[in-house]
Amino acid sequence: MSKKVTVASFDFTSCEGCQIELTNMGEHVFMGLLNHIEFVEFREAMSEKADAYDIALVEGSYSREIDRERLLEIRRKAKIVIAMGACATCGGINALKNHQNDWAENVYGDKASMPHLASAKALPISAVIKVDYELPGCPMNKEELVKVVNDLVHGKAPLIPDHPVCVECKARETVCRFELGDHCMGMVSRAGCGAPCPAHGIPCEGCRGFVSHPNYAALEKVLVEKAGFSRERAANKAQMFTSNYLEKLR
Amino acid sequence: MTKNVNIHVHHLTRVEGHGNIVVNVNNGTIEKCEWQVPEAPRFFEAMVRGRHYSEVPRITSRICGICSVGHTLVAVKAAEDALGIKVSEQTVKLRTLLKHAENFDSHVVHSLFLAAPDLLGVPSVFPLVATHPDVVKAALRLKRFGHEWGSLVAGRTTHPTTCVPGGFASVPTVKAVAELRRRMEQECLPDLLAVFGVVKSLAGKFPAFERKTEYVAVHHKDEYGLYDGDIQCLMPDGSKEIIDVHNYRSVTNEYISPLSTAKYAKHKMGSYFAGALARFNNNFDQLHPVAKEKAAELGMKPICFNTYLNTAAQVVECVHSLFEGIRLCDELIAKGIKDEALVMPSKHGTEGAALIEVPRGILFHSYTFDKDGMCVNGNCIIPTNQNHGNIQLDFEKLLPELLNANKAEKEIELALEMMVRAYDPCISCSTHYLKVDFKR
Repeated sequence: MSKKVTVASFDFTSCEGCQIELTNMGEHVFMGLLNHIEFVEFREAMSEKADAYDIALVEGSYSREIDRERLLEIRRKAKIVIAMGACATCGGINALKNHQNDWAENVYGDKASMPHLASAKALPISAVIKVDYELPGCPMNKEELVKVVNDLVHGKAPLIPDHPVCVECKARETVCRFELGDHCMGMVSRAGCGAPCPAHGIPCEGCRGFVSHPNYAALEKVLVEKAGFSRERAANKAQMFTSNYLEKLR
Repeated sequence: MTKNVNIHVHHLTRVEGHGNIVVNVNNGTIEKCEWQVPEAPRFFEAMVRGRHYSEVPRITSRICGICSVGHTLVAVKAAEDALGIKVSEQTVKLRTLLKHAENFDSHVVHSLFLAAPDLLGVPSVFPLVATHPDVVKAALRLKRFGHEWGSLVAGRTTHPTTCVPGGFASVPTVKAVAELRRRMEQECLPDLLAVFGVVKSLAGKFPAFERKTEYVAVHHKDEYGLYDGDIQCLMPDGSKEIIDVHNYRSVTNEYISPLSTAKYAKHKMGSYFAGALARFNNNFDQLHPVAKEKAAELGMKPICFNTYLNTAAQVVECVHSLFEGIRLCDELIAKGIKDEALVMPSKHGTEGAALIEVPRGILFHSYTFDKDGMCVNGNCIIPTNQNHGNIQLDFEKLLPELLNANKAEKEIELALEMMVRAYDPCISCSTHYLKVDFKR
């Protein structure tokens, strides 16, 4: 067999839940994956370090200037960079603070002006380095990761869906949240997760980001007219995972 | 005695999040001995303001990918406390079953994937794939089982979907719970006992170290405290104090240390310990009989003052959680599982507080909501935060002992790394963490 593909995993501002998803694959998938790839650096799980790797998996958003150099170093050492999860691909939950200006005072009180507390808006890692592939979601879809790595090992270009979550709800015959008196963001949010949230009885929060051409105005309209939201709540709804998309739309 | 030591472990490996160890010993004088945390701050308490109560647990779940079940459950409970929501017996039972799944799942990761390599003298679990394939495969099966167990109740384990204020958005079928229960006994228990045998054979490799400290854990009158109860503080002399969750700030007393960058906590002593060892020491009598037997096989009894044995206490808790899981499944199967409507809020405007035991120790959340159910303020106090002071004081006792024992620099570095790993720190639970620029 030819040489294994070397993989390194890194984390920035995040909960490290996407990396934990790697351990949830079970014996057969994980051992199968290890037939084709070799982890050469993965701080959360191993002490070994590497100077170069074929694929860098990067979790977490870019929210501090001091993280810039570490991102650039990863880019220099990696042939392919994959942004893993919502934080890395769109800023994720960390961007929920982006519209505020008093977050430090709120959490740290009178110590907020200490210089080591400096933290800026949460941005995707593509704000600093070129990203080759993006695995959206909070957490990322571990089956999608296996598929993308599989595609890359076999020289195939990975494809991430660009249709809304509503399509997946229809496919699995989930009753629409709006029909049940709830709300949802599925109509503007990127599919590929299998739409577990509406199937489990909660709204889609758009953790995979928006589709390429979301009809955003319709989202706010339907939140007011069908879900009974105030205009303010409807306008703020998409701040949870898609704050950085809103900035682009407005 | 070792005279000169210069250790700078930047971004310690095999822990969740980022931490550094810095030690300077110059001609026998300890100039610096510090545990530092450079994790990026994330400001969750600011972010929840203005969000609807149904969204808040989904937001704070993202504090931690490993204990996202615990963060979800405690946020749900705090919201319910604030909004005057009282949930059904079935909901409490399902949540308790879920809590056991999370602790089991996380303890498997920490004890087998993160801590065990130190005891076997390898840098990670990956070399063990070749040398100990059966153990690694059993560990991967146990991890996957914990994930499937939690997912059955929570929808998924990394950022649960079904756990919401007022109950469950959807519940598992009796058939699925019965299948889980069958697998617990027939698949999971044999793997767990096999892996326990390996842990037992390595038990002699846990370093000997003791420091008398305070142990803080959830205490419940009817069971080993995990999902609910009061705060219990255990002093080294065995005396105990019980405190209501609404007074949690009188226990945590958060402060900013000039030596470090993370918020610290202290109660009656200079620091306290939260985590599996704190639970074991506080609530040993309520462990399942088989778990007590396994503790005895590992040579553990309360009060155990050896920090390194927190990992062993986690393994004991895995046994306890599996047997408790079987009991809870049996009770759910016997009673049947109904689709229940969510319980709606009955009040607003007052602070609600809740506690829970996540794998790494006692966790507190509190929130206040306005008349529209929107969050006015929140506070989250994470176990790893509560442990920082204790890690530092353990370092300060351990380092002179290692120097006096003539240990080489590399041995000292490993002993300190293992000490931090023993706490199973979860550093990106970074609600309160500050960042720092380090002297190189």
